[in-house]
Amino acid sequence: MADLTKKYDVLVIGGGNAALCAALSARLEGASVLVLERAEKFYRGGNTRHTRNMRCAHDEATGTLTGPYPEDELFEDLLRVTEGETDEELARHMIHESKDMLNWIVEQGVRFQPPLAGTLGLGRTNSFFLGGGRAMLNALYNTAARIGVDVLYEAEVTSMDIEEGMFLSATAHIDGKDETIRAGALVAAAGGFESNIDWLKEYWGEAAENFLIRGTANNQGTILKMLLDKNVQQIGDPTQCHAVAIDARAPKYDGGIITRLDCVVFGIVVNKHSERFYDEGEDIWPKRYAIWGRLVAAQPDQIAYIVFDHDSLHRFMPSLFPPIKADTIGELAAVLEIPAETLEKTVTEFNGAVVDGTFDHTILDDCHTDGIEPAKTHWARRLETPPYYAYPVRPGITFTYLGTRVNKEARMIMDDGKLSANMFAAGEIMSGNVLGKGYAAGIGMTIGSVFGRIAGREAANNARN
Amino acid sequence: MHGTDTLTEADRLMTVCNSCRYCEGLCAVFPAMIMRQEFPDGDLNYLANLCHGCGACFYDCQFAPPHEFKVNVPKVMAQARAESYEAYAWPRAFSGLFARNGLAISIIAALSVAIFIFGFAVVNDPAVFFGVHTGPGSFYVLMPHNSMVVLFGAAFLYAIVASIMGARMFWRDIGEPASTLREPQSLWQAMKDAGKLRYLDGGGADCSADEDATPDHRRFYHHCTFYGFMLCFAATSVATLYHYLLGMVAPYPWYDAPVVLGTIGGIGLLIGPVGLLKAKLKRDPDMQDKERFGMDVAFLAMLFLTSLTGLALLFLRDTSAMGILLALHLGVVFSLFITMPYGKFVHGIYRFMALVRYARESHTTT
Ligand SMILES: Cc1cc2nc3c(=O)[nH]c(=O)nc-3n(C[C@H](O)[C@H](O)[C@H](O)COP(=O)(O)OP(=O)(O)OC[C@H]3O[C@@H](n4cnc5c(N)ncnc54)[C@H](O)[C@@H]3O)c2cc1C
Ligand code: SF4
Ligand code: SF4
Repeated sequence: MADLTKKYDVLVIGGGNAALCAALSARLEGASVLVLERAEKFYRGGNTRHTRNMRCAHDEATGTLTGPYPEDELFEDLLRVTEGETDEELARHMIHESKDMLNWIVEQGVRFQPPLAGTLGLGRTNSFFLGGGRAMLNALYNTAARIGVDVLYEAEVTSMDIEEGMFLSATAHIDGKDETIRAGALVAAAGGFESNIDWLKEYWGEAAENFLIRGTANNQGTILKMLLDKNVQQIGDPTQCHAVAIDARAPKYDGGIITRLDCVVFGIVVNKHSERFYDEGEDIWPKRYAIWGRLVAAQPDQIAYIVFDHDSLHRFMPSLFPPIKADTIGELAAVLEIPAETLEKTVTEFNGAVVDGTFDHTILDDCHTDGIEPAKTHWARRLETPPYYAYPVRPGITFTYLGTRVNKEARMIMDDGKLSANMFAAGEIMSGNVLGKGYAAGIGMTIGSVFGRIAGREAANNARN
Repeated sequence: MHGTDTLTEADRLMTVCNSCRYCEGLCAVFPAMIMRQEFPDGDLNYLANLCHGCGACFYDCQFAPPHEFKVNVPKVMAQARAESYEAYAWPRAFSGLFARNGLAISIIAALSVAIFIFGFAVVNDPAVFFGVHTGPGSFYVLMPHNSMVVLFGAAFLYAIVASIMGARMFWRDIGEPASTLREPQSLWQAMKDAGKLRYLDGGGADCSADEDATPDHRRFYHHCTFYGFMLCFAATSVATLYHYLLGMVAPYPWYDAPVVLGTIGGIGLLIGPVGLLKAKLKRDPDMQDKERFGMDVAFLAMLFLTSLTGLALLFLRDTSAMGILLALHLGVVFSLFITMPYGKFVHGIYRFMALVRYARESHTTT
């Protein structure tokens, strides 16, 4: 049972992957640990609940990984997706540590599954949680309970007492009361600020009102803000985030994985004026998946429509909502409430520009258009088999990259370059250190687990000394 | 459009799950789902019967209630399953027995026991009914062997015929060709999967009663029940062979095969149903199909009583209680047989057949 009158060795704020890895690791070092999670028990673990896999380096195939994924290769991949926006020393350190994570996290009760049908061709590089992120969290929480980590749910931290880079205490709202909790060291693992629409507006303007948030509404970034206000050094571009195009009918928050759509390549994408605005055939998954959130965010009213014909209907993975359907392009436009004549014109022009080739959506094929702007450089096929379908899409924000600067010990670095005396950070709240932009599937969990484990260990040692 | 609200809901869930697929490693249901894009009634009934109700996907689901998507696969599959039993019941007129199954089975069992006791009392002189009989043939003093065989043979045959008719309905409903049932590879795979209850373990985490992973040992208790039942069945079969082939007449000494098999099986049939009932009471109510509580409990109670009366008969067969115990035991067994096609027993048949189809599907689609 949590005892709020005592001074804990380590206080962990958050309840996701990063927080639990930190808590377990600190506890295994012998520290007394309190976890404060803002969510109720069912929603514990913020965005981690929605995850499916993590990307760790390994030298050989295992029962659940189809082949080796050396450290250098992972680093190359990271360099490519971030276009160099990464702290090489920190990234390499993380990647090195990620190898042992595959053992450590299993020791903490997490289970992986062998590659199966739905593992999206990531079977060599990524380890998939059996039962997904919530199963993974359940395992971590069960282990935490067993080894004596104290956890409080519905315990939102509302302020912190920090003096010159030294954490003294935190105030949390628990059972209708404000409680002050003292601890020898802090691990901040409270996620990003993607759910804070007002904060997003500072960078995106009114457009942010139309963003959908794929994960929890609890990641308001309040802890991040408190730390930055107390002179912790900021890292990462605040406008950078992982954003994909998701079904516009998804709930505002927490729609999770099932609202994603990956059928852009099978048709055309138009905005609310029924006009195309970008090359739908530019790149292969997963890169194309990650650019469409931003592209749609830049369109009027932050809405777009993926339009395709019957021939493509069963070529991609199903999603939660059925596509909107009509017998003619004009009728489809009417249902979507976008200009019908323009849509007919857009489709006619597109069809007229298609140069036939051999369609293969798994490679950059030779089906393209000629003479229209923007071109569709691959997978271009005429929309000619009724009925016609459309998915309305909006930007779906996965997570943000703005964070607190840390060193290899996951220790926060202050504005003046000094190290914090006893404050550590892990997970999304510091992901900007290694992920300046772009995204490689599974890297979010790697950042959380690896830095969580380090932060917990360092915080425990720090508190003891 | 679906035949029932339950199937409409099952379709909704499968659409959600099919766009998620995080649970694909847990059991057979999700891989079978992934092979499909649309879910007609027959396929939903197949998936419902393939589900072992282990509960893993409920605790692993980020969209379980209170989330607005309200994904509760174990519960909806349990409801769809129970409704499918009703739909496949033969003859149709008896499908209503599923509706208030606990009550129906209790009444039938009570009547059956009463008739046996009454019958014994009317046919036999009280001195015989309450007398002490020992040695071979002592049971048949009360009821001639041939009438026992005719009566129980008929009840058993009826159970088999009705079950086969139900199985045919199921097979036709899910649209699987008859030829699959002649594929040794699929049959053998399904036998292994059923025999081990491979899919009751939530992908290896073992079935648990709640998200904190408190184990409820349902697999163990189910094994006790199933193998206990099979041993008792074997005991009866051996005894029948003894009687007709070797001319050895019951009751047999304690060390003889029918008694040994029956005793071990009987103990399994005491422990198993009690354990399963305990697990059922402990289980998260959110996951359960509460309306079918009666059906589940009735079957467990019948198995338990079959074993209890059988063992009581074994231990007290040399006393004056034998007559009444024999009547009790036969009454319970008789009602167990005739109610088999109209209760939880059928889950075994449909689940096994679903596993056969799954075995066929998984080796033909990969
Ligand atoms: C739909 C979806 C799918 C994803 N899939 C993957 C994937 O397959 N692989 C991958 O690597 N990444 C994936 N991600 C990204 C991944 O979710 C994040 O990188 C990861 O969860 C970050 O972990 P974290 O512990 O830092 O934050 P979170 O898991 O978000 O946890 C933050 C926690 O802090 C708590 N909190 C916030 N504020 C407070 C406060 N003031 N007081 C107390 N507690 C507070 C929240 O309640 C929450 O529990 C996915 C994200 C989404 C939305
Ligand atoms: S039960 Fe939930 S987590 Fe599992 S596949 Fe379905 S939607 Fe996904
Ligand atoms: S067998 Fe278990 S994991 Fe599979 S669908 Fe049924 S309850 Fe869910």
